Amino acid sequence: MKALLIRDLRLAIRAGGGFGLGLSFFLILVTLVPFGVGPDAEVLARIAPGILWVGSLLACLLSLDRIFALDFEDGSLDLLATAPLPMEGTVSIKALAHWLTTGLPLVVIAPLLGLLLNLPLQAYPWMILSLLAGTPALSVIGTFGAALTVGVKRGGLLLSLLVLPLYMPTLIFGAETVRRGAEGLPTTTPLLMVAGITMGCVALMPFASAAAIRVGLKGQ
Amino acid sequence: MSLWEYANPRKFMALSGTVLPWVTGLAAVLCCVGVVWGFFFTPDDFRMGSTVKIIYIHVPSAMMAINIWVMMLITSLIWLVRRHHVSALASKAAAPIGLIMTVIALATGAIWGKPMWGTYWAWDPRLTSFLILFLFYLGYMALWEAIENKDTAADLTAVLCLVGSVFALLSRYAVRFWNQGLHQGTSVPVATGERTVADVFFVPLAISMVGFGVLFLALVLQRTRTEVRARRLQALQARERMG
Repeated sequence: MKALLIRDLRLAIRAGGGFGLGLSFFLILVTLVPFGVGPDAEVLARIAPGILWVGSLLACLLSLDRIFALDFEDGSLDLLATAPLPMEGTVSIKALAHWLTTGLPLVVIAPLLGLLLNLPLQAYPWMILSLLAGTPALSVIGTFGAALTVGVKRGGLLLSLLVLPLYMPTLIFGAETVRRGAEGLPTTTPLLMVAGITMGCVALMPFASAAAIRVGLKGQ
Repeated sequence: MSLWEYANPRKFMALSGTVLPWVTGLAAVLCCVGVVWGFFFTPDDFRMGSTVKIIYIHVPSAMMAINIWVMMLITSLIWLVRRHHVSALASKAAAPIGLIMTVIALATGAIWGKPMWGTYWAWDPRLTSFLILFLFYLGYMALWEAIENKDTAADLTAVLCLVGSVFALLSRYAVRFWNQGLHQGTSVPVATGERTVADVFFVPLAISMVGFGVLFLALVLQRTRTEVRARRLQALQARERMG
């Protein structure tokens, strides 16, 4: 398992594109918003929590199709399927690698982008906490979507159509946490919900993803 | 004699062939009676005027939009557990009907909402949940279309349907948490048995609701038969190419 994790991390960092691309996309998205809605600091402060959450969600989405597609093309996914490690373990590791290369950098860079959007000071700890609690769910759900579309040619667009509706609960509770944090309201309930969704997804989604991968490989 | 016998496509085709004209006729009669009665032979509401009459289409279609997803969930489970092809084809056949029902519910709601709430659309929990349901139907159908191998497509869409059901339910409660509602409560609470709608309005509404249910049955039988026939045609063509 460790070997697989290290391999995936190496591939993600060295192959270029995947690693920095999500972050750059996040930055560009946040830069575009003021052009769209105007530079008024108060307006930006109000929409900042939502923009940051939607932005990190889309940045996550961008690198999803790389999770399985490359391994599927060069045949290493078949090898992984026949390896002693159960498929559930493989997809969990893949999701973890995706989170380490996409979700974690997003969490790190988000405060900087919050500065650009004039996010109120008291919201920062809540934003970091909610992203930290929520982005693993995004990676795990996204892995499921990638597993569903593994055998599909040019499945990128289909992938986003499948995955984005599944992201909604996480987004709602995550953005709500930051919004309440910005207004100084109690944030415990939405934050706990985000954490609950993440834990539920981490525990259950690998089974669905593994089932989808098995079907996808069998159908070849 | 058990229900599972109809998992045999031949038996299913025979039974559905005999039943279909009757079901279609019944659906036509019930829908016509319910809607015509509701539109022309009920009094106007004292506050909402005649706009209230859209309820005879809005409520049944909204009810069916949810129930069709539940039916797809059940048929998907049957396919995953017992590998009956008719079951998988039935869920494939049901999805576009559910999509259309969602669109009807959203559209009639918007038409009613403009004079009553003063807006076509509000980010109300119920409205938002329906929009999300619409997206789920779209994704489900897109996945069916995208995969070449039919059995693989059936498997993957069934898994998506199961996972999607959990997330659709989760979204519904998340959305309720996220924004307060503008939409009124249910008019026909099944659990408590109390009604907020007077009998003059309720009887045609009930007929219309049953009518939409039977209409769905007729449509899904017809579409499943089409799918079975398409499958047979493919098998014949494949055989011809071989020999």
